[in-house]
Amino acid sequence: MPACFQFGKTAMLRLTNLSKTYRTGDKALNDVSFEVHKGQIIGLIGPSGAGKSTLIRCINRLVEPTGGEVRLGEVNLVTLGKSDLRRQRRRIGMIFQEYALVERLSVMENVLSGRLGYVPFWRSWLRRFEGHDIQRAYELLDRVGLLQHADKRADALSGGQRQRVGIARALMQDPDLLLVDEPTASLDPKTSRQIMRLLTEICSERGLPAIVNIHDVPLAQHFMQRIIGLRAGTVVFDGVAEALDETVLTEIYGAEDWNALRPETPAEPARAPVEVPA
Amino acid sequence: MSTPAHIPPVWMRRTSRQSLLLWLGWLALVALFVWCWQVMTQSTIWAFVLDAPDQAADIGSRMLPPEWGYLPELMLPLWDTLNIATLGTVGGVIMAVPVAFLAARNTTPSATFLRPVALFIIVASRSINSLIWALLLVAIIGPGLLAGIIAIALRSIGFVGKLLYEAIEETDARQIEAITATGAGPAQVLTYGIVPQIMPSFWGISVFRWDINIRESTILGLVGAGGLGLKMNASLAVLAWDQITVILLLILGTVVLSEALSAKLRKAII
Repeated sequence: MPACFQFGKTAMLRLTNLSKTYRTGDKALNDVSFEVHKGQIIGLIGPSGAGKSTLIRCINRLVEPTGGEVRLGEVNLVTLGKSDLRRQRRRIGMIFQEYALVERLSVMENVLSGRLGYVPFWRSWLRRFEGHDIQRAYELLDRVGLLQHADKRADALSGGQRQRVGIARALMQDPDLLLVDEPTASLDPKTSRQIMRLLTEICSERGLPAIVNIHDVPLAQHFMQRIIGLRAGTVVFDGVAEALDETVLTEIYGAEDWNALRPETPAEPARAPVEVPA
Repeated sequence: MSTPAHIPPVWMRRTSRQSLLLWLGWLALVALFVWCWQVMTQSTIWAFVLDAPDQAADIGSRMLPPEWGYLPELMLPLWDTLNIATLGTVGGVIMAVPVAFLAARNTTPSATFLRPVALFIIVASRSINSLIWALLLVAIIGPGLLAGIIAIALRSIGFVGKLLYEAIEETDARQIEAITATGAGPAQVLTYGIVPQIMPSFWGISVFRWDINIRESTILGLVGAGGLGLKMNASLAVLAWDQITVILLLILGTVVLSEALSAKLRKAII
């Protein structure tokens, strides 16, 4: 790991030789090891099927890893029993690609569902959340700019608004770590930037570490200081965003003319139209 | 136009072998139909069939005009019929909900033992007509409304259970995953992740079944399980065709109303 990422503190999250082999024999993750420190936002990039989704789901065990260790603070999550795992999951907020809000519940109910791990069943069932939880939910909705939408149904919101609810729900858990799975894949470029800005702001406000799966390399470079590149379940790059050059991108994604779409390079001359056989 | 060698010259939806098999299949179906027709008509007495228009006209003339004076007497049985249908539906739905959760692949606690049991309950309930359930129950607990209510409830378990478990299996897994990721317990995942998603189906299925049950409960009286059917049985026994017209019209009116109501309710819910 590059020296610039060691803040001299203990890691918030430490993955050691994390592996996942699916029952079909597909090796999705291959001895993945890295550390995440407090306040650090990591962009996890790689081609489709490289194991990005599997990796973050192995951390909170929505997918069961088949080998290795996941340490959140001092706790090894991999060996926990069901109820201990639930207790640890409260510490890990998760944000999803297609928002994954409960569409037919109100915005407020969705945000409050971040407290489910903390309240007994009957309270959640009767929607009798504690006063300070409700207060906090309102504060978070205000923070993400949706205070006036609290009582709307989640499916009445736009994509960007829904993702803000998703962020508020994750923060409602009062997490020590954020796992973010393709937060902008369903959003337009402008909304994507706004959501990424909001996420990074919130993380630095709270010193919250985050792992963000992201397809969009320029977006990742713009918003993240540290990038991890995954290829076929193996970490092939771990470094600062500036170090992501052509060689590295080829290493991660395979050969491609990486400069063709970069704004700083002069536009290529228009190609001659491909001849269609008559 | 020059065609490159590796591009096939023609395209057909099926190979000629597939086409031949398909054609033979259709031929077999037609042959089966002809044969069935022959078997079916073997024991038909054609004299009776030729007579049919006269018979129909005869019964028709006896059915008309309806004896409207009979209508007030039908109000109490009609009320009974509505009660059988409504209470039977409520009972059936209450029993069907746990069965559906046991039967759905994504919520069943045990796929090897409890799921087959739940599926068996659903199939058993569905395979037996309400009328047969009523027949059995009248023999067991005696004639009356209770037998009708239980018959309707037992028949409804299968219908509601099947449609509901399919709705549970079709829920969006991402929403459930998101609730699980918060550290919620299994009961909370159920009430927050799954229940909101199946609510429209649940109400739609229940109202639809209620509507079907209104129709079914009108005839349960034929076997002594109370309601309008009881009156129909009595009128049939004395060949009072003009009374039967009134009963049939009343059933028609009730079904039309219940169907309109259920359509409205379902629209309002979904």
